[in-house]
Amino acid sequence: MKILSLLPGIILLLAVYAGPAAAQGPTPSVDEVNAIAKNLYCPVCANVPLDACGTAACAQWRQQISDLLIAGHSEQQIYDYFVQQYGPGVLATPPPGGLNWLIYLLPPAVVLLGAALVWRSLAAWRKKKPRSKPATTGENKYSKMIEDELKARR
Amino acid sequence: MIADFGFFALLTALMLAVYGCAAAIFGYLRKVPKWVGSARAAALLAFPLLTLSALSLVYSLVSLDFQIEYVAQVTSRSMPLYLRATALWGGQAGSLLFWSWLMSAFASAVMLRDWRRDRDLQPWVILVCLATLGFFLSLILFFENPFVRLWQGTTGTVWTALWQPGGAQAYLPFDGNGLNPLLRHPGMIIHPPMLYLGFVSFVIPFAFAIAALVTGRSDDRWIRVTRRWTLVAWLFLSLGLLLGSRWAYDVLGWGGYWGWDPVEIAAFMPWLTGTAFLHSVMIQEKRGLFKHWNLLLIILTYDLVIFGTFLTRSGVLSSVHAFAQSAIGPMFFIFIAVTLVASLALLSKRWQTLKSDVQMTSLLSREALFLLNNFLFISILLICFLGVIFPLASEILTGQQITVGPIYYETATGPLWAALLLLMGVAPLSAWRASTARTLGRAIWKPLIGSLLVVAVLLLNGMRHPGALLGFWLCAYVVLVTLYEFWRGAFARQAKGENFALALWRLVARNRRRYGGYVIHLGVVLIAIGIIGIEFFQQETQGQLAIGERLQVGGYAVEYKELAEFQTSDGRLVDRAVVNVYRDGVFVRELYPRQDFYMESRQPMTIPGLHSSWEVDVYVLLVSWEPISNANATFKLYVNPLVSWVWLGGMVFIFGTLVAAWPEREAELVRLPARARGLPAEARG
Repeated sequence: MKILSLLPGIILLLAVYAGPAAAQGPTPSVDEVNAIAKNLYCPVCANVPLDACGTAACAQWRQQISDLLIAGHSEQQIYDYFVQQYGPGVLATPPPGGLNWLIYLLPPAVVLLGAALVWRSLAAWRKKKPRSKPATTGENKYSKMIEDELKARR
Repeated sequence: MIADFGFFALLTALMLAVYGCAAAIFGYLRKVPKWVGSARAAALLAFPLLTLSALSLVYSLVSLDFQIEYVAQVTSRSMPLYLRATALWGGQAGSLLFWSWLMSAFASAVMLRDWRRDRDLQPWVILVCLATLGFFLSLILFFENPFVRLWQGTTGTVWTALWQPGGAQAYLPFDGNGLNPLLRHPGMIIHPPMLYLGFVSFVIPFAFAIAALVTGRSDDRWIRVTRRWTLVAWLFLSLGLLLGSRWAYDVLGWGGYWGWDPVEIAAFMPWLTGTAFLHSVMIQEKRGLFKHWNLLLIILTYDLVIFGTFLTRSGVLSSVHAFAQSAIGPMFFIFIAVTLVASLALLSKRWQTLKSDVQMTSLLSREALFLLNNFLFISILLICFLGVIFPLASEILTGQQITVGPIYYETATGPLWAALLLLMGVAPLSAWRASTARTLGRAIWKPLIGSLLVVAVLLLNGMRHPGALLGFWLCAYVVLVTLYEFWRGAFARQAKGENFALALWRLVARNRRRYGGYVIHLGVVLIAIGIIGIEFFQQETQGQLAIGERLQVGGYAVEYKELAEFQTSDGRLVDRAVVNVYRDGVFVRELYPRQDFYMESRQPMTIPGLHSSWEVDVYVLLVSWEPISNANATFKLYVNPLVSWVWLGGMVFIFGTLVAAWPEREAELVRLPARARGLPAEARG
């Protein structure tokens, strides 16, 4: 049973290391490595992107990205490898699926719901009949004064 | 001895806070002003007591009394005097004491105001201020006492206790751990006090709001009284956020100033609700609308202030398990829950009396546009709140640790920020109550054409990024609208024979709130220009250089000249590189990127070499180097366009807030003769 549960990990590791062995690529530049590391978070330090982390451990992980690029892996395969090794916390955004869908769906839902509420409130306020005619506000009086002065000067 | 003195001052302050709460309630219920006066005296006395307590701790820090655990944690012999003193807010226990001291200062200040018109509100204002203060003092005394000392038993075991346990001797380490290197920066010395000032001063408008709710006052008196307090709170919070950003830019060494880190967002959330509140209260003052909403906003702001302190102090951000282990985490959680539930219960109790029968006549009126402004701020708040709590919820519900990084915040809030910019260019031109598309169109067309000309110039200069073009168009439009408003006002005043400069001066002086607000808008636009620059056009590269080699990006190059290693008297091992900066092959200046290694804490710091101009910042980091020979070194080079505009915008923003908050004489209560009040002859007596 234990071996079976480890099987997906073993397959992924094989895919990562053995699969593309035939497709050895050129040595990537530091900028190419950093472009990927920017989207990964240091598994040890809280809230530090991998490209900006100064620890020795993070330097090793950046080297690992470089090794994987040399071995011919795509950007997505490298992200998958890091998730497999260190959990989904290494990704800059949670992987879609399960509870994580909430982080993608709630923001637009909040904005749409809020917009609907604002629209309803505005409509309700417009229907309301005031008991008495509201007095002109000081601010409007001030604006009117400026307008009058401007007209007089034209 | 001094520590005992500080501890007893703290204890007395807590007892006074508890007594003050009880006396305020008793005085209100029994309608005995003497008890309320006594509660006021308790609130006033808490400040000198906490001043003495804080000074005791500062004295212990400065004199390096390492027997006090807190002193041993945050200071060391190599630290200069000013850092030892500011270590008061360098650790958990000290920063809680500092928070409480500031809170007591604000509570005392509010007690010294003229209460003649607001006697009914006073007991509840005292209660809220002292209850908040009492909560923080309890945390300090029972969980995070900065005065506990180190003791050593006969077996050599070291433990902490306030007073000498039987059979133990005072334990005096030779040196302390020293302040976290990240905090040893001038920005970090001022940043926390500014944030804390912003946090505690928001307690005052909240206290008045609760007082209005309890006493059933449905007028806008509480808003008028606290307008300046709110502006001051907002000013400090804005300053704290700006200084924090500058500190991050100078010290954290990742090429940016805002990383959407949960700690940053913790301080940003009350700023968002505070900003919405500052706009929204104007609608209540001018039109009598949004009474419920304003109360809800200030309740939210207060609880977000406590929530922000909770997030940074409980350890919950590193892991929910840290929260469970932390003694103060659950206490914060309970306090937030109690204050939120009690405030909302009060609000629901007064819901009917706060209803307004005022009609909103136009969807383009200023009040309607302010409502949209509030909707946008609250949407941004909810997105930020979700981003902060989602990793915690995920860990609790699924056991999985996840990260919500900047991409989420930038994608989700970007369009909302753009909409806010657009509103800043429309709302000032709309009128209260009645505004039609025609009147608004008449006011808008001139700045609109001007802003489109700016976009045309950018296109002709080769800019093609749609997001940047949209952003710059919005910025140009808001600047033109704002300047147009200043010009219109000053031009109208010239009819009185004033020259333009005098007319402009008097225009602003007589309408500080309005024109101070416009200056703030200009500040926001300048900040937005800086953000657009770095977000859309930042370039970076990294590479290893031998001496004399160059690394290039975005028309700039850095050339490695030399590297030296030396020790400093404050315990740092410094590796400092010298690089030449070139622009299009022409020498610009020398920069000195370096790495400081703090030997006590064994922590490295990467300090950039920075060349700033209005156009671009050249930001160079020393990543690594070949030991001993220093023949090779790796550098990271960022070219950050327009970042200086962020700091300029920040200064304009703060100036605008000062203009808007500058005190004006409040209308005095004048006893008019009966005839003047229009009373009948018999009533004049």
